[in-house]
Amino acid sequence: METISILPPELIRMVIAVIIIITFLFVNAIMMGYAERKIAGHVQRRPGPMEVGSHGILQMIVDGVKLVGKELLIPLNVDRTLFRVAPLLSFTPVILPLLVIPFSEKLQARDLNLGLLFIVSMGAVNVMALLVGGWGSNNKYSMFGAMRAVAQAIAYEIPILLSMLAVILMCNTFSLKEIVGAQQNIWFVFLQPVAFLIYVVAGLAETNRAPFDLPEAESELTAGFHTEYSGMGFSLFFIGEYTNMFIVASVATVLFLGGWHGPHLPYGEYLGVVWFFLKVYFLLFLMIMVRWTYPRVRFDQLLNFAWKYLVPFSLVNLLITAVVVKL
Amino acid sequence: MTFYQIVAEGLFFAFIILVILGSLITIRAKILMQTVLGLAVALLGVAGIYFYLGSMFLTLMQILIYVGAICIVLVFGIMVGYTPTEVAEKAIKDWRNKFLAISSAVTAFLLILACVLKTDWIPAVADDRNFSAAHLGEEFLYTYCLAFELISVILLIAIIGSIILARGGAGGMVTDHRAGKEVAAVQEEKGEVST
Repeated sequence: METISILPPELIRMVIAVIIIITFLFVNAIMMGYAERKIAGHVQRRPGPMEVGSHGILQMIVDGVKLVGKELLIPLNVDRTLFRVAPLLSFTPVILPLLVIPFSEKLQARDLNLGLLFIVSMGAVNVMALLVGGWGSNNKYSMFGAMRAVAQAIAYEIPILLSMLAVILMCNTFSLKEIVGAQQNIWFVFLQPVAFLIYVVAGLAETNRAPFDLPEAESELTAGFHTEYSGMGFSLFFIGEYTNMFIVASVATVLFLGGWHGPHLPYGEYLGVVWFFLKVYFLLFLMIMVRWTYPRVRFDQLLNFAWKYLVPFSLVNLLITAVVVKL
Repeated sequence: MTFYQIVAEGLFFAFIILVILGSLITIRAKILMQTVLGLAVALLGVAGIYFYLGSMFLTLMQILIYVGAICIVLVFGIMVGYTPTEVAEKAIKDWRNKFLAISSAVTAFLLILACVLKTDWIPAVADDRNFSAAHLGEEFLYTYCLAFELISVILLIAIIGSIILARGGAGGMVTDHRAGKEVAAVQEEKGEVST
């Protein structure tokens, strides 16, 4: 056996990418938490957090410190292993999709030729985390939250996949970089408006956001699957949720809004990231606005909407796309 | 041995341990929920082995379908039917069930063993056949189209069968009151009223 060669540069590059991404996750969660509270405040004609820092800008950091310092309570008679594993299980699969998302032409940790499939399958693991957390808590509310999360995830996975397929049919690849590259002249949102609408609606449901936030409906289930979690256990679920929103918005940007394409910038292959983030945060802003302006749907409405409207519409859309592409 | 080879070998054994560990949890766990989660761990390990063998497509499909769909549906079934602390039955007491279980397990094992022994294995490194998603898709839709379509027929039969089971069998005992009326009405129309 020869001696181990020095660490390969590709590995070092990946480690640096993962570190940057994890840092970004926390920053993103802090920013989104602040934005959520501020926008909620202004929608309801109140100022939101105002005390810590100018206009409460340091509020989320203080909250984060509080959560880190809190005791991790484990309720009586719970499955201890599962209870502890669940937050980690919800945090890990949200890091990985960010590795394949092309933030700009050159800013991408890894260009997988099955990138889209990779993101979708990581989303499936995420559902497992909600289940394990909800079941492991040994609490009625958590249990109901987890069951709703699963029924919802199964129902809305299908329209999401079908709307993605419409785009994949048009550019014949799963690679996110090539999909963005195909939108050089025209964004797919103009060619596939129906698929875009279906994706955004199903994406809202997939991230358990209002008006589809039944798994954690505060007024019915206290907090759903994370009722029993305190301290960092809760924070990991919280960060996982906001990162999930970011991923859904990024995939929408990549598939429909032209990714890094925008008016010309110097060093465009790197600074395209500016356009990318503008689009992503515009979508996230929309998601927050929807949450605070629309009431929650009932559970039967939620499932009926998925199975009776979204799935048939996306199937018809896919069929039309296939015919048009073939012609 | 380069760095990558060491990592690959380490990963291979990690995945094997994951499969064995998950399988052991699946058969040894007392609580039904832990059984399914053990199964999920084992299936993740299998996905890892696909990854080691170099087929990213199969890896992702394994995670998406087996871990993401099948295990979740199983867990859903358990959540609907059982309380969280309910313990699975310790052993199969009925001799007939015991015989059926053992014989089917042994038959399946022997069949797989026969396949393993008969196959001429090519080492993964020397195997240069094309396993890309595009190639697999072409094979499924052109060369093996009939087999591919037959699988969907089997799934259709499974769905019909589960609906019949959920409704209490063909004309058999019906548990749901409202469903009972519907079944009875359909049978009356066909003129095959059974007891």
